Amino acid sequence: MADVNITVDGRKLTAPAGTLLIEACKSVGIEVPSFCYYPGLSLQGACRMCLVEIAKMPKLQTACTTVIQEGMAVTTASDTVHQARKAMLEFVLQNHPLDCPVCDAGGECELQDMTFSYGASESKLIDFKNHKDEEQWSPVVFFDRPRCILCYRCVRVCGEGMDVWALGIQNRGALSLIAPNQDDHLECEECGMCIDICPVGALTSGAYRYKTRPWEMNHVSTVCLHCADGCKTTLGVRRQGSGNQIVRGDNRDKSGINGDFLCIKGRYAFDFIEHPDRLKQPLVRKNGTLTPASWEEALELVALRFREARDTDGGASMGVIGSSRTTNEENYLLQKFARLVLRTNNIDHHRTADFPAFVNALSGRAHATASMRDVLSAPAVLLIGNDPTYQHPLLAWQIRTNVRLHGARLYVVNSWPIKLTRQAKEFLQIPEGAEDKAAAFLAGDDSAADALLTSKTTREKLAGFREKLQGEQNLVVIFGSELRGQELAALVRAAARGAKYICLGDHANSRGAADMGLYPDLLPGYLPLSEAARFGEPWKSVPQQPGMDLEAMVAAGKERKLRTLYVVGSNPVARYAIDPFALAETFVVVEDLFLTETADLAEVVLPAACAYEKSGSFTNTCGDLQLLRKAGDCEGVKPDLEIIVRIAELMGFDIQQLAPLDPSGMRADFGESRGVQSGEVDQQAIWNRRQGYEPRVSPFNPFAVLKEIQRVVPGYNVGQLELLSGNDVHTATAGRAPGKTEADRFILPSHENLFTSGTLGRYSDVLNRVIEARLRLPNEKEKEIAAD
Amino acid sequence: MQFSDQLEKRFAELQTHYPIKRSALVPMLLYAQDEVGHVSDEVVHEIAARLDLTDLEVRNVVSYYSMLHTKPIGKYNIQVCTNISCMLRGAEKVFDHIRQRLGIGHKQDTPDGLFHLEEVECIGACCWAPAMQVNYTYHENLTTEKVDEVLESLRKKETQ
Amino acid sequence: MADLVSHPDEVRVVSKRFGEGATDIDRYLALDGYKATQKALTMGADAIINEVKASNLRGRGGAGFPAGMKWSFVPKQSPKPKYVLCNGDESEPGTCKDRLIFEHDPHSVIEGVIIAGIAVDSHQGYIYLRGEYRYLIEIMEKAVADAYARGFLGKNIFGSGYDFECAVQTGAGAYEVGEESALMESLEGKRGIPRIRPPFPAVVGLYGGPTVINNAETLANVPHIILGGGEWYASLGTPKNGGTRLFCLSGSVNKPGVYELPMGYNLRKMIEVAGGIWNGRKLKAVQPGGSSVPVLTADETDIPMDFDALMKAGSMLGSGAVVIIDDSTCMVKYALRVMKFYQHESCGWCIPCREGTDWLKKTLIRFHSGGGVRRDIDNIQYLAENMLGRTFCPFGDAAAMPTISLVKKFRQEFEDHLEGKPCPYEDHGKIEHLPVLTAWDHRTADPWAQAH
Ligand SMILES: Cc1cc2nc3c(=O)[nH]c(=O)nc-3n(C[C@H](O)[C@H](O)[C@H](O)COP(=O)(O)O)c2cc1C
Ligand code: SF4
Ligand code: FES
Repeated sequence: MADVNITVDGRKLTAPAGTLLIEACKSVGIEVPSFCYYPGLSLQGACRMCLVEIAKMPKLQTACTTVIQEGMAVTTASDTVHQARKAMLEFVLQNHPLDCPVCDAGGECELQDMTFSYGASESKLIDFKNHKDEEQWSPVVFFDRPRCILCYRCVRVCGEGMDVWALGIQNRGALSLIAPNQDDHLECEECGMCIDICPVGALTSGAYRYKTRPWEMNHVSTVCLHCADGCKTTLGVRRQGSGNQIVRGDNRDKSGINGDFLCIKGRYAFDFIEHPDRLKQPLVRKNGTLTPASWEEALELVALRFREARDTDGGASMGVIGSSRTTNEENYLLQKFARLVLRTNNIDHHRTADFPAFVNALSGRAHATASMRDVLSAPAVLLIGNDPTYQHPLLAWQIRTNVRLHGARLYVVNSWPIKLTRQAKEFLQIPEGAEDKAAAFLAGDDSAADALLTSKTTREKLAGFREKLQGEQNLVVIFGSELRGQELAALVRAAARGAKYICLGDHANSRGAADMGLYPDLLPGYLPLSEAARFGEPWKSVPQQPGMDLEAMVAAGKERKLRTLYVVGSNPVARYAIDPFALAETFVVVEDLFLTETADLAEVVLPAACAYEKSGSFTNTCGDLQLLRKAGDCEGVKPDLEIIVRIAELMGFDIQQLAPLDPSGMRADFGESRGVQSGEVDQQAIWNRRQGYEPRVSPFNPFAVLKEIQRVVPGYNVGQLELLSGNDVHTATAGRAPGKTEADRFILPSHENLFTSGTLGRYSDVLNRVIEARLRLPNEKEKEIAAD
Repeated sequence: MQFSDQLEKRFAELQTHYPIKRSALVPMLLYAQDEVGHVSDEVVHEIAARLDLTDLEVRNVVSYYSMLHTKPIGKYNIQVCTNISCMLRGAEKVFDHIRQRLGIGHKQDTPDGLFHLEEVECIGACCWAPAMQVNYTYHENLTTEKVDEVLESLRKKETQ
Repeated sequence: MADLVSHPDEVRVVSKRFGEGATDIDRYLALDGYKATQKALTMGADAIINEVKASNLRGRGGAGFPAGMKWSFVPKQSPKPKYVLCNGDESEPGTCKDRLIFEHDPHSVIEGVIIAGIAVDSHQGYIYLRGEYRYLIEIMEKAVADAYARGFLGKNIFGSGYDFECAVQTGAGAYEVGEESALMESLEGKRGIPRIRPPFPAVVGLYGGPTVINNAETLANVPHIILGGGEWYASLGTPKNGGTRLFCLSGSVNKPGVYELPMGYNLRKMIEVAGGIWNGRKLKAVQPGGSSVPVLTADETDIPMDFDALMKAGSMLGSGAVVIIDDSTCMVKYALRVMKFYQHESCGWCIPCREGTDWLKKTLIRFHSGGGVRRDIDNIQYLAENMLGRTFCPFGDAAAMPTISLVKKFRQEFEDHLEGKPCPYEDHGKIEHLPVLTAWDHRTADPWAQAH
């Protein structure tokens, strides 16, 4: 668009035509205050904070609704403007309770900040204030009307942003208030966006209210550990007892791939951490019962039994199950442990999408995967299967926002009119389970059409749909676990002209688990076993035959051929409904947060730290890599990384070969030290050096492992600096995944929704308390117990 | 929810007036209130369903308009204007008189459920002040005597 | 229903058919009814607009915007349908004139709507009446039905090939809905919250289409202009203020009523038209254009009643409601009553209006009942001045302007209320006799609970 020149406070500036004056001012650092204006939401002109003088206009004008015009001369710093702002604050403070000392927002309140700036500090009010008691609208949303300044941000973010429309405005005049959709309570997606966007303390969080003052917290930005979308989240942590306690989750600086967004899980579901059932001490089975033991005792027992098994029956008698919730470093290390220490390829994990087929189909095509950011800017999006609103909330937000703000065209293929069809330009309703046929049809296979016909879907409609898609440039194609093997490959090969793809897995690091080679037949980066040598000298000893997958391991257990099973952060017994007796003769070791169904069978249970309690990295389902930062502490637990290394060490393995020691000593001791804020370790290292001591370097340094990953895993060779500055970096899929064209029958979607999150969800008070968790979601499949 | 045939006819006719369904909302609420007595939850729900709106959207609108009320009120809604033109001609005395006669105040009902009293803003009877509306009927150039007559005749109508 | 009055000085144009039984369509036709529409159909859009421009007809709803000019802003071509709205929300305190037009001459409004439609090439009109005017809605609905039955509305009106649909809509009690963009929201089934401007209704209005919105009286004048000619109409008034106006003379006078007088008629004479101040009292002040305009003191009333003269005198002609205030009235009480209205009617969208009116009302309640302190007086003025020109829609100005003028012109009366003195200006000044105060007591009751 053409540029327009204007003058603001004597400064000339240029901005594209159509820019709002308030944004133009911001672009040169002139702040025009606002309450109701919020970028990306509809304009209100309601708070009148942004009034400015514009030459030749008799009255002050709102900068938030004024589109810049060539030659416009604007004054934002005059006495009149200042007085107008001050008066607006005086007005809004009239009925405001001024209970800042006990208000959650105190210290983070836009009203406080503006009052500070414009000096509306002396009250002219003599009269009483209108009062209304605080209301609880849901376990997580509280509303305090007197504090509300009626900026309508909450109403808009809920309606326009979330497409939920659960908040309304009722009454009029001074009695206007924000009201929930169910008379006295809310029924919604409980995302808490309304709380986040509230500039004051009118909407407060049930999880956080009255817990602490903002300035008493440290803020740690990390990645949400629930679904596979990888929202960046800022955890508010406070020192408590001997460590750090997480008291709040939000997305303070809005800098992540998720921008403004977080869902209920990202915002509140960190509470499982403090669940009373949390494991805090190792357990060892003695006389048939799991009995508390010391870490030394437990680890030594594990090492002993692992070594025995390996040395007598060989690695083939041992199995390892990894996790879709542990970090890339841990997953990488775990398969390295299996392959180098246990000398077996018997390693698997809970697979939720056919990533190997995906990577295989993409081989030879650079830049063919879409990042989460691409979904926000793509001109068109095709969604086959899945229901992102419930399973991939951020993805749904990205799609909605793209449609709303950039007019993207959304094409939906689903057996159900999912919520996103409201944004869809075209919706193709197909019979249940026919997603693969739809993919085949869209890829050009006309014979697949028969399987797609419904009362709503005719041949003409199918053809028209495909034709429209073929006309779309730079399409982003998104599909879930419904597509596997050949259909997936066909679809990926069919689309051309800059199309990019996203394959949807289910948990926070499902993609990472796959990328890091938790497969019996694939190495990290989906490389064939034959290429083990490229990972370094010791890898030459890795067996060339594929190992057992999970099913085979269980079968071997039944035949008493599985001597040990090492389960890290996974619950296969519940997830795959495994007959407990199948593992009766197997020495099962489980690392987890809770005593899961699998842990219940174990000989040794090791309490692990969750992703909020350690550093490392996660790869979201799109392939965006982000760093985790340690936020909270839980006494008695250890990160999986440390546990793996310690077991290897106790087995007599040279841990230098397993976990590279970072000679720089940078961020040493990350996983080990408790209560350490990011940066503190570096200071410690500097201090050590100053004193002439050796900097303490640790084999538990996830960054050293990450460096190795970056060096050896195809696609992960991305910019360190970007990562360290807290940004997401898109990895490439450069692997080969040989022979992976058959549908992967081990894929078991977890059917998580907004209010479940596997084992973690079961122990999250918040997720269990919201009423929506009890209402059946629109197209929810029969509820399975979500494990993992 | 079923409304009277007459009202159903009106609703059907209303729909023909506009390019969008929702436009019928305000009249539908008012006419439904006239029939049901107040805008009950049931009315809200019914009208929302008919116009493809959520209950919340309807409630947002209901609560905006001062003629719509969500609780039942007395059969005769006595609305006394006390705005400037009426005030200058003694509306407050009239209001006070009715208050005492009925023993109720602003937005209150007589125990027998016959009368509801409200002090309202200008009802467009300024040149015939002071004035009041009983339901939709105007009574103008009021004096305390005239008010008594009106109340009396309404009471009589009820006992007949 | 409402009594009619008459006075020799009256020049009857819009009120010509009052009391003549013109609700009956045959009677209306006998009184030159629908001739203007037929003439307009032959004139074409530009000629109609020019005629209306020549008539110097200015909006009777309050702002006095030249009607012909407003119509000319409507784009000739539009991808969306265009609309004509008749604003019959008539809620400005002191105003009761549109009511008479609907009651006595409903077809003239319909004609006005059709002619405006022809002028801007619109094919759909809506007549929006406030909800309280139920009996008028019935009259209007019948008139519309009669016009349809005769082929004056609907397809191919008067066999001209021109289609025009028209419907009557009811409000449900909200002053703010009289504001043009809020009225459109209400007609779309929403809360009566005004819209951001620009775009103006002439470009983006009802359902997003270009829309002409005029007051009922403005539109009712149009057929007379078409038949009598713009020049004739203009000559009835003063320069730039064409024609006559329905003045609603109310308050402390002997013969209140709606009188049709030429534009520019002297205000003092007007009070005489209404029979002079009642009860042998003296004139204290006049609000010459409804409750929204600055008051004039008795000394300022020797003034011609047209838009420009009043503007020069620091007030406004507004909706033609002339509220005459005698010397027994307490101006603090008056200010309070006005503010109570605005507090009750504010839509609540923007901060200064929502909070300003609430704050002012609270202050004035306390002040009038003897709890005032000296700095309140300046504060009342401060608050009102800080609302002025800064609110989302002109409602804020409407609340601020009379308040500022009352404090400025009657400051002494405010001072006389200080130090707990009983109201020195009225005999019925005791608190328990003030419904304003008993409406609800913020201190003991939850105002939100009272809302509905
Ligand atoms: C708060 C407010 C209330 C209004 N109420 C009315 C009203 O009741 N009737 C009316 O005709 N105009 C009313 N107006 C004026 C309208 O906005 C609009 O200017 C008018 O309908 C235009 O018609 P006109 O040009 O014929 O006057 C009101 C304006 C404001 C700001
Ligand atoms: S609750 Fe908060 S965000 Fe919502 S309108 Fe009120 S102040 Fe604004
Ligand atoms: S930011 Fe412009 S009015 Fe609120």
